[in-house]
Amino acid sequence: MTPAPKLLRALNWITGAMFLVACYLVLFYAPREAVMGEVQRVFYFHVSAGWVGALAFLTTAVCGGVYLARGDRRWGNVALASVELGVVFTLVNIVTGSIWARPAWNTWWTWDPRLVTATVMELIYIAYIMLRQGIEDPDRRARFGSVYGIIGFLSVPVTFLSIRLFRTIHPVVIGSNDPTAEGAFDMTPRMLQAFMFSLLTFTVLYVTLLWHRVRLQSLTDHVERLKMRLLAQ
Amino acid sequence: MIEVHGLVKAFGLKPILRGVDLNVAEGEFVALVGPNGAGKTTLLRILASLSRPTAGEVRVGGHRLPARASEARMILGVVSHQPLLYGDLTAEENLRFYGRMYGIPDLDQRLAQVLKTVGLWPRRRDLVREFSRGMQQRLSIGRAILHDPQVMLFDEPHTGLDQEASAMLDELLRQVAARGRTVLMTSHDLSRASDLAERIDILSKGVIAGTYKRGELGPGELPEIYREVTHA
Amino acid sequence: MPDVASLPGALGVSPGLSFGSRLRGYLRAIGAVIWKDLAAELRSRELLGGMLVFALLVILIFNFALELDVRTRQTVTSGVLWATFAFAGTLGLNRSMAIEKDRGCLDGLLLAPVDRSALYFGKMLGNLTFMLIVEAIVLPTYSVLYNTNLFNPGLVLVILLGSIGYVVVGTLLSAMAVQARTRDVLLPILLFPVILPVLIAAVKASNGYLQGLEAADILPWLNLLIVFDVIFTAAAFMVFEYVVDE
Repeated sequence: MTPAPKLLRALNWITGAMFLVACYLVLFYAPREAVMGEVQRVFYFHVSAGWVGALAFLTTAVCGGVYLARGDRRWGNVALASVELGVVFTLVNIVTGSIWARPAWNTWWTWDPRLVTATVMELIYIAYIMLRQGIEDPDRRARFGSVYGIIGFLSVPVTFLSIRLFRTIHPVVIGSNDPTAEGAFDMTPRMLQAFMFSLLTFTVLYVTLLWHRVRLQSLTDHVERLKMRLLAQ
Repeated sequence: MIEVHGLVKAFGLKPILRGVDLNVAEGEFVALVGPNGAGKTTLLRILASLSRPTAGEVRVGGHRLPARASEARMILGVVSHQPLLYGDLTAEENLRFYGRMYGIPDLDQRLAQVLKTVGLWPRRRDLVREFSRGMQQRLSIGRAILHDPQVMLFDEPHTGLDQEASAMLDELLRQVAARGRTVLMTSHDLSRASDLAERIDILSKGVIAGTYKRGELGPGELPEIYREVTHA
Repeated sequence: MPDVASLPGALGVSPGLSFGSRLRGYLRAIGAVIWKDLAAELRSRELLGGMLVFALLVILIFNFALELDVRTRQTVTSGVLWATFAFAGTLGLNRSMAIEKDRGCLDGLLLAPVDRSALYFGKMLGNLTFMLIVEAIVLPTYSVLYNTNLFNPGLVLVILLGSIGYVVVGTLLSAMAVQARTRDVLLPILLFPVILPVLIAAVKASNGYLQGLEAADILPWLNLLIVFDVIFTAAAFMVFEYVVDE
């Protein structure tokens, strides 16, 4: 078996260290938010997980497109690996959001555009995984996955737009400050630093996990190939 | 007409064809025999442009596959063990549909001609789902020769036919081949294959394991060779 | 033996042919697929019959589940209608593709020297026709059952745009679902999350017309439907060959 590349092993340690630092920043360094209190701290990882989820699905769509154009299996493997990570991170995003919403909005769940879009996105990619499981021929599996990854990703912004035409109560922390949104707050510099570092940490975490997952897939392929060779003799 | 060099086809990581070399000259009738799982259908599907080769060169009528697939499709007629016909359409409607897909001029005249060739003219208004297996297979041949292809591919055309229907099909196959067409047929029935074809190629474990002209072999020799080659 | 080159080939065939005759071949192939689907359906009526009975059953279930009295009816009619169309639609899409798959006819289509997108548009327009026929029967039935007038040109426009969006994605996804092991279960799971925006916009726009809202309030929803239809027609046009080619 080929050992993990040096860079990947280094990344494991870096990711772990970054995660500890991020926890420290979020829990102790960033000030307590005046109105919402401690529960606001969930925000840092909540947004980071959401960002990584979207990034993962974008990666899937792009790698799927490249796979269809070039037909190289490795792109299909990256696309699948990325979907699995995206589903996990989006779930973290939805659950942390729900935890935050209970005290902030006084409800676990509300039919807000971002919530619904995140949930629909999650459902699309669970369907993606089910589609792949339903097909035996590996090439066809990769092709169909790529097609559905592209179609699904295209529909996410349209879904968001369509639900946004309803009234929204989700706070928009970054970009604009809508005073009517419940639970909106201004970030102090320390909050911003903690937030930015969380984003970076989650992105690095995503890259590390993606690398591991792709490597696992190529090792599986390798074992498969060895088995074939053995059977052919 | 058919040129195959070093053809490899793998499903995922599982290789089915491992470097097939095959040449079929214009007007030749070649039977491809081999045990189940040897890759006969896979090879035929690649020649029919329904499946892409993993590696190697494939040309049909000089058109390289899959790049020039649409030109190759114009000169290809394919009969598979499935009829490729719509049960809820009549025999004539089925052929009319395929005729439109191929853009055949003077379609009515050509339909009548083909229906008479395959002996289904009196049954042309009947639904295909009411046809017997043999009649479906004859209509299937009608569908395949509609655009007067130069190359015909038959994939186990005798599957599911009784004695009489098989004999009728043999007659039709000879007739189709007699018009100067190049024919490649897969079969696992040795005697039928050696009866119809001028040349027999044995496909075993993803490669062509032997090629025999009809005149070269004495009676009863082929089954022996076949057993030797496929169990090697 | 007719000279092969003289046959007016479909798009993508015989590069020497003029664009006009290639386009004619392309359109002829689309027409042939639609004609074939309609002719077979006219004879068996399996697909339309199934969709219609199912649609009426869904309305019946809604009737008791929501207690559609006069007041609730006003606000939920468009929702009930679109839920009915969406559920009945998956039945039709599944059946329409199963016909191609079961007797190997899909191979027959793929053997024809026509561009794969022509097959897609043929199947898509056939499915659209079936959807519209079902809708044209369900609407007056609903009107009679609940004594409400649903005849409204705006509503017809919404139904057309919504059905196009539904079928454009549905045809592509049903071509994938039919090739999977779990095909009957898979289609709605694949389809519904992707076409959610179509359903939302169609319900809102239909409701707008039925409630007599101003055009300015409905326009954003119509725009959304048009945007969806355009984006997904283009996307399906580009990726369909990867769904059917091996």
